[in-house]
Amino acid sequence: MSGHSTYQPKTGFERWLDSRLPIIRLAHDTAVSYPTPRNLNYWWTFGGILTLCLGVQIITGIILAMHYTASADHAFNSVEHIMRDVNYGWLIRYMHANGASMFFIAVYIHMFRGLYYGSYKAPREVLWLLGCIIYLLMMATGFMGYVLPWGQMSFHGTVVITNLFGAFPIVGEAITTWLWGGFAVDNPTLNRFFSLHYLLPFVIAGVVILHIWALHVVGQNNPTGVEPKSKADTVPFTPYATVKDGFAMSVFLILFATFVFYMPNALGHADNYIPANPLVTPAHIVPEWYYLPFYAILRAVPDKLMGVLAMFASIGCFFALPWLDTSKVRSLRYRPTAKLYFWIFVLACLVLGYCGGRLPDDPVIPGLKTFILGDSDPNSFVWLSRIATAYYFAYFAVIIPVLGLVEKTLPVPETIASPALSHPAPAKTEA
Amino acid sequence: MSNLAVGATTDPGHSSDDPSRRDFIHIAAIAAAAGGAAAVVWPFIDQMNPAGDTLALASVEFDLGKVMQGQQVTIKWRGKPLFIRNRTPAEIAKAVQDDNASMKDPAKDADRTKEGKQQWMILIGNCTHLGCVPTFGGGEYGGWFCPCHGSVYDTSGRIRKGPAPLNLALPEYAFLTDTRVKIG
Ligand code: HEM
Ligand code: FES
Repeated sequence: MSGHSTYQPKTGFERWLDSRLPIIRLAHDTAVSYPTPRNLNYWWTFGGILTLCLGVQIITGIILAMHYTASADHAFNSVEHIMRDVNYGWLIRYMHANGASMFFIAVYIHMFRGLYYGSYKAPREVLWLLGCIIYLLMMATGFMGYVLPWGQMSFHGTVVITNLFGAFPIVGEAITTWLWGGFAVDNPTLNRFFSLHYLLPFVIAGVVILHIWALHVVGQNNPTGVEPKSKADTVPFTPYATVKDGFAMSVFLILFATFVFYMPNALGHADNYIPANPLVTPAHIVPEWYYLPFYAILRAVPDKLMGVLAMFASIGCFFALPWLDTSKVRSLRYRPTAKLYFWIFVLACLVLGYCGGRLPDDPVIPGLKTFILGDSDPNSFVWLSRIATAYYFAYFAVIIPVLGLVEKTLPVPETIASPALSHPAPAKTEA
Repeated sequence: MSNLAVGATTDPGHSSDDPSRRDFIHIAAIAAAAGGAAAVVWPFIDQMNPAGDTLALASVEFDLGKVMQGQQVTIKWRGKPLFIRNRTPAEIAKAVQDDNASMKDPAKDADRTKEGKQQWMILIGNCTHLGCVPTFGGGEYGGWFCPCHGSVYDTSGRIRKGPAPLNLALPEYAFLTDTRVKIG
């Protein structure tokens, strides 16, 4: 796909620079002449949106770091100082705090897009793996950022998450002590998390460059999952993709601004406005919404070590996906049965997210008490998360590999541009 | 030249035992570099372990006279909560009575207190599941309840129900006098 360059230096300076550092050529080939499949829909605009999110986090983050103090005694007050005294500090902080949530909304959509259209399949495995690495780095960055205001949720969230590593036999305790830099979560922990929170977004930026490089080698997938075969199948990135991406970004920014200006604390927890107190744990401790499905998986398993392993394995599934899927057809458009299981998977993730935010023993249907199954009533969030967890793993380990072998798929169009007669939707929406 | 066996050419600077000498130099060089790299990496890893002054903040003394029967005081020790509980005779009786009940981490109540000072229950107040601070009075065993994932401890701090694998940990402590303890 990357083909050869069509860049023509126009001015003398451009010619001079082009033979020394062809940076304008690189930009031109990447963002202007780059051929994109002509049938990309709005689910393909989230890559651009994610780049925007990373930019917003880095700019607002660097500004926050100018006013923030990474010290257990001063962190909480310095965030309050940002909120009350620093000019527009409230705006910058609300952009950063809500920006993290927006970033995760976008990344989840981006990932499920890949899942639906089979974008992880050959030859895009490395592209997919790089994406999974970015996601892991984002989770680490978001977690460490949430520690910085040093409120009650920051503190006890850190205690719980760092203690996860204590589940490993023999080395567990040494790892947690090493992470903490002491006998408990304390000032050394806060300082190192700030250092890493500052660093990781730039590591993410580096991996994003690799991700885009890999993308430009193999080319974009598209809603049909059929590779472009001729010029008729593609359009140049500019103006087609730039304008579509720009429009999608604008809509996304409206959502972002709605949170920042009208409900800046809706996605946070009131408890984090209470300064950290190691002696009292908040009655209901939950992580940020974007970790809730994994938190539910952790709690679904009654054994400490197995729970931790299940949680890591649930992320590992995404890494293994390119080698688990046996189907030759990329897009779920032509796989009606797989489509059904996909939507159940989406539902299972949402259910897990919901369960992760509730107390395990609370009833799902209020007021209904049945009997005790194992350790609790089947009408409880812990049992609901067990069902969803079972489906989550079955989807990757059984459904995806088996379905690819046994499913009867619909006919796939020859090319992107050819009238897609096989498409279930009216043919005019294609082309 | 047909009488010259291929490979039999002798080059004075390239004798037949040379390859192994060369291998040796390669292995030695790589080993030295790897050893050097490991020696440099270790300080970069170890710097994250507790610093000298953190390790030095090890012990505290506490005046038990402040704690009435049936009361619990929580103090901070090594950054962690420490429960100092003056148990009622009923709590002690309950703990002793359950000594032989089936438990995940079996222990006798007498082994979790100092001899003759059975009323003093001194515990590290972090749930052994993922470290939250349990509250006293919750759960069905009359002891501590952890709000995070529902672990239940009895009046001896032993794990009775929930995901926590171990009893609440006991710090090292000694009675200096009848009313003073030194912890750590
Ligand atoms: C991947 C990009 C990033 C993500 C997902 C992220 C996420 C977060 C989150 C969730 C918080 C807690 C907000 C709150 O509840 O108060 C936070 C705080 C913070 N972040 Fe970031 N961040 C990112 C990049 C950066 C960068 C590049 C810097 C610095 C150069 C930075 C500096 C800070 C500072 C100083 C705070 C503490 C102030 C506060 O809590 O508002 N962040 N970050
Ligand atoms: S931390 Fe106490 S039950 Fe999980």
